[in-house]
Amino acid sequence: MVIDMRSQLARTATDLIERDPNVAVVLAEISVDRFERAMAIAPDRVINVGIMEQTLVGVAAGFAMEGFHAIAHTMAPFLVERPFEQVKVDFGYQGLGGTLASVGAPYDYGTEGGTHHSPGDVGVVLTVPNTDVLVPGCAAELDRLLRATYADGRLTYLRASVAQNDVAFEVGRGRLDVVRRGSRATVVVVGPLLTRTLAACEGLDVSVLYTASIAPFDAAGLAAAAGPDPLVIVIEPFYGGTLLPALADALRHVPSRFASVGVPRRFITSYGTPEEHDRELGMDVAGIRRRVVAALEPG
Amino acid sequence: MTTRAGLDHVRELMALATGDEKHDESSTSTLDALWVLYDRVLRVDPNAPKDEARDRFILSKGHGPSAYYAVLAAKGFFPEDLLAGFLEFGNPLGSHPDRNQVPGVEASTGSLGHGLALAVGSALALRARGATDQRVVVLCGDAELNEGSNWESILLAPYLNLTNLTLLVIDNHSSSIPMGPWEPRLGSFGWDVLVVDGHDHEQLFGGLSERPSGRPNAVVADIPEGEW
Repeated sequence: MVIDMRSQLARTATDLIERDPNVAVVLAEISVDRFERAMAIAPDRVINVGIMEQTLVGVAAGFAMEGFHAIAHTMAPFLVERPFEQVKVDFGYQGLGGTLASVGAPYDYGTEGGTHHSPGDVGVVLTVPNTDVLVPGCAAELDRLLRATYADGRLTYLRASVAQNDVAFEVGRGRLDVVRRGSRATVVVVGPLLTRTLAACEGLDVSVLYTASIAPFDAAGLAAAAGPDPLVIVIEPFYGGTLLPALADALRHVPSRFASVGVPRRFITSYGTPEEHDRELGMDVAGIRRRVVAALEPG
Repeated sequence: MTTRAGLDHVRELMALATGDEKHDESSTSTLDALWVLYDRVLRVDPNAPKDEARDRFILSKGHGPSAYYAVLAAKGFFPEDLLAGFLEFGNPLGSHPDRNQVPGVEASTGSLGHGLALAVGSALALRARGATDQRVVVLCGDAELNEGSNWESILLAPYLNLTNLTLLVIDNHSSSIPMGPWEPRLGSFGWDVLVVDGHDHEQLFGGLSERPSGRPNAVVADIPEGEW
């Protein structure tokens, strides 16, 4: 049975709570039912602050000030957009490590409307210097990334989603994997979009690279895989173009062309399942194929 | 008794820190409370500013920190001559305190409405470590308490029974919206509330020394308009 990323987050965090007395979890009502066991194990270190997201982040930073490895968790728009100044100042400016673990981006709560969507979350977090951004492609990758980074002293945004890939990679901070090789373009796929991108690229002569690490990004790995005069097409589960500055920097020494297949930069006003939004926004298999093929055509 | 001679020296140090006159009232309003805290209440060691056993103090409002800097310098956390370079490029003493640059500063503040949640987290962390004797004191201004984020934490702290947390409000009546009366407002959220004369050292000492059982406490230091 495939476990969803949100449940995996709670499971892994609970295990860390049990093993490491320096771990603290701060919640804001969301996922409280999944953390019942953790609360029973360590009621002083697993705190539900209620529906107060500025305090969620501030309290987590307070734990971090005292040397705890704090994990703050709620839905993406309420974790990094609503309390952005707490993320920027309380963690970022103060130089504190911790994990901001979200669910729901970019539009997993598809029937809830634009207030609950967050395709801009990664772009927002990337404005905070020295922050890592990790986007796992499945529950096993989330488990691996959380265990590897929760105590590394850095601020990490860990983004869980409903969509998952069929296979797990040996993901890590700053890691980029070559999935298949081709000659016409290099397709860089982020997190949970790999399975559908491989299907979309069926029969296309393109390389496919996979990463769950947006920041840091493996610039050297991309440069080595892309070769001279590359066309790089990035498949992004957030606003299109978010990763382009990192790609351009990675390939600054060679003439390069770029295209983005990401969530269009507009408010999503329709209601429906994530799959329905994928279809409307060109993020399903057919949409990704159409956009990749368009990028391959001579300008 | 408070060491008045020591406070006179702090005033001399404050006089060195020029250039932030727009925040003079913010700074002088906090002076007596800060002096009483560092002279008689907080258990802190300037030779070991990160000592695990210390009490924590967070200047939440951040604004007008010259009194804070002067008290820290007078107590030996950093050389007094740094005050003369206040706000100058390369000097660590800026218009808002930075925990990574100034010994003794627990939190980098200046964005209003952040310190109380940090203090709640710090108090929770100390409790989780089993530290029953240490305390966290956070200073907020009356106008800073306009910020809604504070009221999240004001609601939360009594719910979590944070008896190791003290909210020190400097009410210098700078808020456009009058924030009192304090007893019924904070008391209705579950805080133990005491309003004292913000210039009276014995009242400040009594209020800040008290540790009511079962709930967090708020000490409101009243500074009448014009008596900053």
